[in-house]
Amino acid sequence: MNRQIIKSPLHHKKNYFLSLGKGITGAMVVFILLGMVWQPYSPTAMDAMAKSQAPSLLHLCGTDNMGRDILSRIMEGAGTTFFIAACVVLIGFTIGTLIGCLTGYFGGLADVILMRVCDSITAFPSILLALVLVMLCGRGKYQIILILGILFIPSFARVVRGEVARQRSQNYTAAARLMGAGHFRIIFKHILPNLLPVLLPTLSIGFNNAVLAEASMSYVGVGVQKPELSLGGMLSEAQTYLGNAPWYALFTGLTIVLLILGFSMLGEGLSREES
Amino acid sequence: MTKAPILEVRGLDSYYRQGTDTLWRKKRTQVLKKVSFTLGQGEVLGIVGESGSGKSTLAKVILGISRDYEGEIVHHSMRPQMVFQDPYASLNPAFTVGRIVEEPLIIYGKYDVHERKRRVIDMLEDVGLGEEFLVCRPHELSGGQRQRVSIATAMIVRPKLVILDEAVSALDVTIQDQILDLLVRLKKENNLSYLFISHDLNVVYQCCDRVMVMKSGEVVEENTVDGIFDAPQHPYTKKLLLAAE
Repeated sequence: MNRQIIKSPLHHKKNYFLSLGKGITGAMVVFILLGMVWQPYSPTAMDAMAKSQAPSLLHLCGTDNMGRDILSRIMEGAGTTFFIAACVVLIGFTIGTLIGCLTGYFGGLADVILMRVCDSITAFPSILLALVLVMLCGRGKYQIILILGILFIPSFARVVRGEVARQRSQNYTAAARLMGAGHFRIIFKHILPNLLPVLLPTLSIGFNNAVLAEASMSYVGVGVQKPELSLGGMLSEAQTYLGNAPWYALFTGLTIVLLILGFSMLGEGLSREES
Repeated sequence: MTKAPILEVRGLDSYYRQGTDTLWRKKRTQVLKKVSFTLGQGEVLGIVGESGSGKSTLAKVILGISRDYEGEIVHHSMRPQMVFQDPYASLNPAFTVGRIVEEPLIIYGKYDVHERKRRVIDMLEDVGLGEEFLVCRPHELSGGQRQRVSIATAMIVRPKLVILDEAVSALDVTIQDQILDLLVRLKKENNLSYLFISHDLNVVYQCCDRVMVMKSGEVVEENTVDGIFDAPQHPYTKKLLLAAE
């Protein structure tokens, strides 16, 4: 029998954001994981014979002013940046979701106060606030993780709170209470699984912002400290040699762009998928 | 003649908070005014009235979902349950049908996995759904099927009192009849009492023993079904009956 598949006019348009986002993010994650187990050269090995060389088969991304292989350095730096972003998102996401769930569900005075606190944190540009906190806590990788993690809490808390408040008014939560479910069972077993379609894009955008924030902070020199590598720090280093080794800045910048592009497209794609 | 009561409500006042008065306090409006009634074992009491007359609030107060009330509510049974009007919102969209129906038993915590599975399958069969529905999610079901799942969820803890809040109002007429038949059968098999809330007098006439007419939070008339339909006393009841002709 000859069957024809008819597309209804309501049929979803192909979600290019999602597929592109998945592709780019997937490739970047593979690249970073690869960098953890194998790098073409040691990222710190200097080679006096190969200073500031243009990209070649030997050095795919060229070498810097001390003859270090840039591809290896990018692999190492991207790994650090990715690790920091992951930790930041993890902190922000966990605490933000917890706060959002509780305030959204119980409401009341605590809700009003916590949300105003979140408002006032978001009112400042997060980089500015992070700079102030760095002055207080000191520089370094773990300080950055902690500071950015805290600054990322409001964005998650707000989204979760709104959604939990919406879900709470649905009758299935009332039904769950009639079954005798406790408040925490309702929040974490009944409501939380329903937040997934909203949480995934938020997570992805959060990752995107975390990469950007870490790169900016390391770029201005308050983030990851030398000799440890991160994309932002490398970019500021590369700036000095823009004249005789432009490939350094080019490939480092490209890596940041791809990371951010991947995550933001993934986020956009996921939220389009949902609606 | 008088049966043992399963639910007694005396002088119930209830309030509803809505909108903001000052920064945190919400406006408190009275919804129920001095509502009193008794529901006997195995009885079906219909509650009719226009929207906003306080029918659903009454259900929520009786079940303890809304706590802002004054008056006396005496339950003579354990774990009263409720079937909601909108079968789209009362089933958790993230759960499968099997999980939804099993959840009350998990919370109840008395049975092991196999016993729970067995009871869930029995219950679904009881409401006319096969085992293949276990893995379905609510959005894959039709309105009637969803309402059957809601009923199964309510009945699985073997309650004696079930409040049906517009339980068939969202369904079309043929499905309505099927669900009503199902409810009547379950009631006979398990000696249940229903509090049947509806705005549809025809449905109430089909399945209730007694009817209580409510208007803006007050009970204006209470009588047997025949009494209400044959000899309405209050002008509001007459108006309702005329509208339902």
